[in-house]
Amino acid sequence: MAFVIELLTAALLVVGAFFLLVGSIGLAKLPDMMRRLHGPTKATTLGIGAILVASMINAWAERGFLSLHELLITIFLFLAAPITAYMIAKAHILHDRETEEALPPTGVGTPWMTLAPPEGGREAEGGAEGGAGSPGSQGA
Amino acid sequence: MIETAALVCIGAIAIAIGLNVYRLALGPDILDRVLALDTMVINAIALIVMIGIWYATDVYFEAALLVAMVGFLSTVAFCKFVLRGNVIE
Repeated sequence: MAFVIELLTAALLVVGAFFLLVGSIGLAKLPDMMRRLHGPTKATTLGIGAILVASMINAWAERGFLSLHELLITIFLFLAAPITAYMIAKAHILHDRETEEALPPTGVGTPWMTLAPPEGGREAEGGAEGGAGSPGSQGA
Repeated sequence: MIETAALVCIGAIAIAIGLNVYRLALGPDILDRVLALDTMVINAIALIVMIGIWYATDVYFEAALLVAMVGFLSTVAFCKFVLRGNVIE
């Protein structure tokens, strides 16, 4: 039984290390920003997840009680990873003129939401937020 | 066996951090560098958890959780700064 637990821990460690390495190789080798964005997601979910499960099993085998608080890190990263990816992708689209111009047409006659919010939405927002969004008030 | 697996894992994480440093130094755009820093934080969390396994102690768990939170907040704040030129408006 002890051998099986040890084997399981070692296998999970190696699997986690493999996915962490794959994520970083993807970050280093993929050709453009949007493709680079999806390399490290493997490291965030599978890599860290496998290493934390290995840590839980190891602590259970050595100290006799199962500690579930390692799962907190996994849950936090699962919640945080989509927000991070969304923020980076949006900043990239708005930051880079070439990416903006390379976007395909939406096909419904209106422009992309990220680039040009609808008029109604902007007016409804204008009363509540005041001048916070306008370019003139930022330098003040 | 766990010792060998842990050594392999630490070596792989070290190589991964090296690749992140490569992208951090080379990245043509500022957002490539933000993404490289975010991935480096992920690898740092894995390294801290590995230290916890290696020394068979529980105290490194809190450090890993704090690094995860600080990394997430700093990435979002950096993107917000690139987007708006300001973090808290």
